[in-house]
Amino acid sequence: MPLTRLKNVKKTTKSNIITFGIVILFYLVVQILSGAGLTSSSFEGQLVPICAYVVLAVSLNLTVGFLGELSLGHAGFMSAGAFSGVLVWTLLGQSLPTWLAVLLAFVVGGCVAGLFGFVIGIPVLRLSGDYLAIVTLAFGEIIKNVINACYLGYDSNGVHFSLKDAASMGLEPDGTTLINGAMGITRIKTVSNFTIGIVLVILALFVIINLINSRAGRAITAIRDNEIAAQSVGINLTKYKLMAFVTSAVFAGLAGVLYGLNYSSLVARRFDYNTSIQILVFVVLGGMGNIRGSIIAAALLTVLPEMLRGLDDYRMLIYAIALIVMMIFNQSPQMIAWRKRIAERFKGARKSDGKKKEVA
Amino acid sequence: MKKFVSGMLAAVMALSLAACSGNTDTSSAAQDSQAATSEGSASQATIKIGGIGPTTGGNAQYGNAVKNGEKLAVDEINAAAGYTVFELQFEDDESDPETALNAYNALKDWGMQVLVGPVTSDPSLNVASKCVDDNMFMLTPSASAEDVALTGSNIFQMCFTDPNQGVVSANYIKDNNLGSNIGIIYDSSDPYSTGIYTAFMAEAQQLGLNIVVSDASFQADNKSDLSVQVQNCQDAGADLVFLPIYYNEASQVLIAADRIGYDPVFFGCDGMDGILGVEGFDTSLADGLMMLCPFSAFGEDETTTTFVNAYKAAYNDETPNQFAADAYDCVYAIYQALQDGAISADMSSSEMCDALTSAFTTMSFDGTTGVGQTWDENGMISKEPKVYTIESGAYVLAD
Repeated sequence: MPLTRLKNVKKTTKSNIITFGIVILFYLVVQILSGAGLTSSSFEGQLVPICAYVVLAVSLNLTVGFLGELSLGHAGFMSAGAFSGVLVWTLLGQSLPTWLAVLLAFVVGGCVAGLFGFVIGIPVLRLSGDYLAIVTLAFGEIIKNVINACYLGYDSNGVHFSLKDAASMGLEPDGTTLINGAMGITRIKTVSNFTIGIVLVILALFVIINLINSRAGRAITAIRDNEIAAQSVGINLTKYKLMAFVTSAVFAGLAGVLYGLNYSSLVARRFDYNTSIQILVFVVLGGMGNIRGSIIAAALLTVLPEMLRGLDDYRMLIYAIALIVMMIFNQSPQMIAWRKRIAERFKGARKSDGKKKEVA
Repeated sequence: MKKFVSGMLAAVMALSLAACSGNTDTSSAAQDSQAATSEGSASQATIKIGGIGPTTGGNAQYGNAVKNGEKLAVDEINAAAGYTVFELQFEDDESDPETALNAYNALKDWGMQVLVGPVTSDPSLNVASKCVDDNMFMLTPSASAEDVALTGSNIFQMCFTDPNQGVVSANYIKDNNLGSNIGIIYDSSDPYSTGIYTAFMAEAQQLGLNIVVSDASFQADNKSDLSVQVQNCQDAGADLVFLPIYYNEASQVLIAADRIGYDPVFFGCDGMDGILGVEGFDTSLADGLMMLCPFSAFGEDETTTTFVNAYKAAYNDETPNQFAADAYDCVYAIYQALQDGAISADMSSSEMCDALTSAFTTMSFDGTTGVGQTWDENGMISKEPKVYTIESGAYVLAD
């Protein structure tokens, strides 16, 4: 019997199957609905951002929930990934086949973000708690301001770069501007779609869930629970901290590429600390160390402001109130106890129902 | 575990329901519009105009001005015609490119036939490429980045482009010998400001203007105190300071200059319009400020006075700025195309887009921001630039 066999499966495996199941089910339901022409353009337009935010939330959860370090620079990694990936796409999109150029964009975006994660991680991970939060916050702002001031272009003489203004780049008239300072990258040919997004979500889940359930993952959670104890049993703190931090950065970069390729213009301002906080809100609402919670929170909080559009100017106020209510409902100890009581009652009712049926 | 599964399923259901309900709204809206067209005669049907702009967040002052301007024009047209010619739905984009696209999609679900917006440049770039894909006519009142109009043939601008303003300003300063040493203070994190700055610098070099300060920039994150930049200009002996920035920051510059007793000629662009309305700002400091701007609320022609009076009556005696005027003109420009018979309400958005694209490239429009305005095939406007000087709290046309 498949059911009994399912019962013998390890608890974590079962939980993972459910997590993947939700993602795949969501994909199938949306595909069927949109195939039947039942989805609105408003909803379809949000599918790619949902996927990007889910990947961001899941990857940040690795740092915040499992490594136990508060990082406020996640948007910085996203930005680094987005800009490098989109640059690759604009340069190679014409000459290479689309799938290869997109793949390269993702690989480069992920690698660049990972490299930043590594470089930042080495000095920063010696700090912890509030100090780490502030340094990562500063890092995100640095990335934003550098890209905002960055002018990059190429012509027959080669690549030109300036941090001052477009004129001092000294481009020939036939040159092409790639990054135009505050205007960022414009006229990007959009290529992201929901399928690419879901593939990325599944990849992120696969890698991160496997990492968490591996030997390295247990070392990472051990560091979270007690750094001194972990060190005393011979766990290499720097190695495992870096492993979690860099993995998290790589997926933030990949999500950035997905996001960047979904819009025709890309500006660094979009990736400010507000975005970092927004991602952190997803993680906190979904529960730190709860991957499935991150997925649902990210998806829900991305569509919520759009569903509240009918309320006009009160939209963000209602959004904030809804956020507070959800936080309390999800995380307050009293509410958790209350939810348990309700669930017990339901279970009891169902059991007695079953008994009655048997009698009848 | 079961509880979790059911919870997840409920969440998925809720999401899919959301998708469905969104759709039913669209279809019913579409039915409504169809019903409306079939009920009234063709000439009495309603055209659905969508507007996008920031009505919340840091740029809300610009978005609300545009919203008010559009609403005023739509109300006037409907009242004059005696039936609902235009129906306006204005969606908030928080000046964020992502939200702007969401707003655009929401408007599309509502059944929008023409888009008058977005207000700011980044959102406009995103929405414009979507408009090109969907063949939706887009007329932006105030997104002045050159790339917006260049996105496609169906994207039109009511305002001057940034480079155009930079070039015209440089020429005006040269021709009228306004200053021999020029300093510039600009916002390097803002596309509007850098767009004008880049073009101004290039033109100034060609004209042989002497730029003494060109690196006194600031960013959106550190614009609360601009006294250092002003001090730079004073130290370099600039007798003209070019300010391609918005009025809020400009008021900071004027206050800082007054504090150190520095009194050069200040020259701004259309973002300067509104400086007399900054709360808590001593307007006497703005005396002598020059600006390149298509609109003056102190204008004495009939179109302008009608607009200004109606706007003040409708919105608590607020003086309209050029954002409101451009938005007001946008709606009237589309109305002119309707009266010329170029479009009719029963057209789909795509048919209307083609019709409006050819109408706009051939027509000449008189509005509050200028007479004889025409558009080129890129969708960029050509109108007479005007330079105003502020004298005792009023705009005076400089010559």
